[in-house]
Amino acid sequence: MNPFGAYKKVVSARSTLKEVLKKSQDGGIVSTAFIYGLENNLLDGVVVADNAGEFQAVPKVATTPEEVLEAAGTKYTVCPNISVLKSAVREYGCEKIGVVGTPCQVRAIRKLMKYPVGFRHVPDKIALVIGIFCMENFPYNGLKLIVEEHCGVKMEDVVKMDIGKGKFWVYTRWGETKTVKLKETHPYEQIACHVCTDYTAELADISTGSVGSPDGWSTVFIRTAKGEEIFNKMVEDGYLEVKPIEEVKPGLGLVEKLALQKKEKNAKEIEHRKELGLPVPY
Amino acid sequence: MVKVAHVQLCSCCGCLVSLADTYEKLLDVLNSIELVYCQTLADAREIPECDIALVEGSVCLDDHHSLEVAEEVRKKAKIVVALGACAATGGVTRYCKGNQMSKPVHSSFSPLTEVIKVDLAIPGCPPSPEAIVSVITAALNGDMEYLQPFAEFAELGSEACGCDVISKVVNKSLCMGCGTCASACPTRAIEMLDGRPNILKELCIKCGACSVQCPRIRFPGLIEKIE
Repeated sequence: MNPFGAYKKVVSARSTLKEVLKKSQDGGIVSTAFIYGLENNLLDGVVVADNAGEFQAVPKVATTPEEVLEAAGTKYTVCPNISVLKSAVREYGCEKIGVVGTPCQVRAIRKLMKYPVGFRHVPDKIALVIGIFCMENFPYNGLKLIVEEHCGVKMEDVVKMDIGKGKFWVYTRWGETKTVKLKETHPYEQIACHVCTDYTAELADISTGSVGSPDGWSTVFIRTAKGEEIFNKMVEDGYLEVKPIEEVKPGLGLVEKLALQKKEKNAKEIEHRKELGLPVPY
Repeated sequence: MVKVAHVQLCSCCGCLVSLADTYEKLLDVLNSIELVYCQTLADAREIPECDIALVEGSVCLDDHHSLEVAEEVRKKAKIVVALGACAATGGVTRYCKGNQMSKPVHSSFSPLTEVIKVDLAIPGCPPSPEAIVSVITAALNGDMEYLQPFAEFAELGSEACGCDVISKVVNKSLCMGCGTCASACPTRAIEMLDGRPNILKELCIKCGACSVQCPRIRFPGLIEKIE
């Protein structure tokens, strides 16, 4: 089983922009790529998941680096990014759009590019698709329950959340760190995630996530010519520092392990659904 | 040369405008086909024998001409394509709301898919120019793999609507909240609430764009080939 899908190269990278690193989840790759694109006229609008307060996520079309920065950081809840894709073209008049999404959203973007029945004059304006590694997602109420019931922290006091080392981490504005074992969060996962076999956003131009790289760095898969071009330019212009993935810990092996874990577990779930006569997505 | 006819039944011309909206791509398409019938663009009174007929609009059951044209198209064309929501599902001719009464006094419309056998159906109100070009090009090249979802949609016929997204995706625990349906909807009948689509039935014209566009109802394998 191919764990990662097709890609040209994979590296470990980190933003050089201080304002990004202050707000980003890990290496700040998504924010930096979008800021770089907007500043250098490669993009004129980007679809991001904005923080709507208390870690609720709301899709937004950002047209300035400031707006990108405001939206930086991972929200572990559902955010229908594609719902604003058409407004980026119609209402914001964007012609070179960057979109970030989870693997399932990236698949939706590729579908609408190939079968654009309801997307008049949209596909040719999608300039860059960035995907983020994703094991599963939580509906907002599920996320809130994990934070408030399991971690004992009020949502309004949370400044950052993270998933890593088998735990769900919550950082409060009082400087406290609370954790809950990832196992305990499973009941609150979005069930629809259990039929997805894509961990590394295999159809994106560039995919990125924290897994495989040291703290503060991100693992980056460059998959398409378009992705390669913009990534190389970012490195040349000093927006990103890059290390070979072979030289960092824990390295690609961990990404492979998790990607295969998701594929195998969810392939079983798909088979199970078929046995029950339930529809499966692909 | 592949002979193509554009036939209009009860419709608003929106699908034709969408076909013309392909700009320079239209020229490419026109260069590789022979447009044998199209009341707006070509001078022909009778529908001739043709390879592909793009039919827009629904069939008015109170108008025998409408029924006769539908049957004639089926006889004359090798491939009949229901172009757009009215032909595919009934669309706005069936489900018009907001005091848009059909005029003058027509009372009953059926999509083409309920009247004759249709080979391919393109959803949307109107379908995007890109979709029309892709379907024509795929039909010219005999790319049946690409056309498969359109063939399935033709069989589904008038059953497609926003309810599909609820019954086939949300109710089956398949919706992951990407928002594609909301974005695809031409009448803004879908809003995303807590990461799930909510269909405003007053606005839904059952054009099928949302359910056909949903990556969780159908994800043809060829989409995986990105470069």
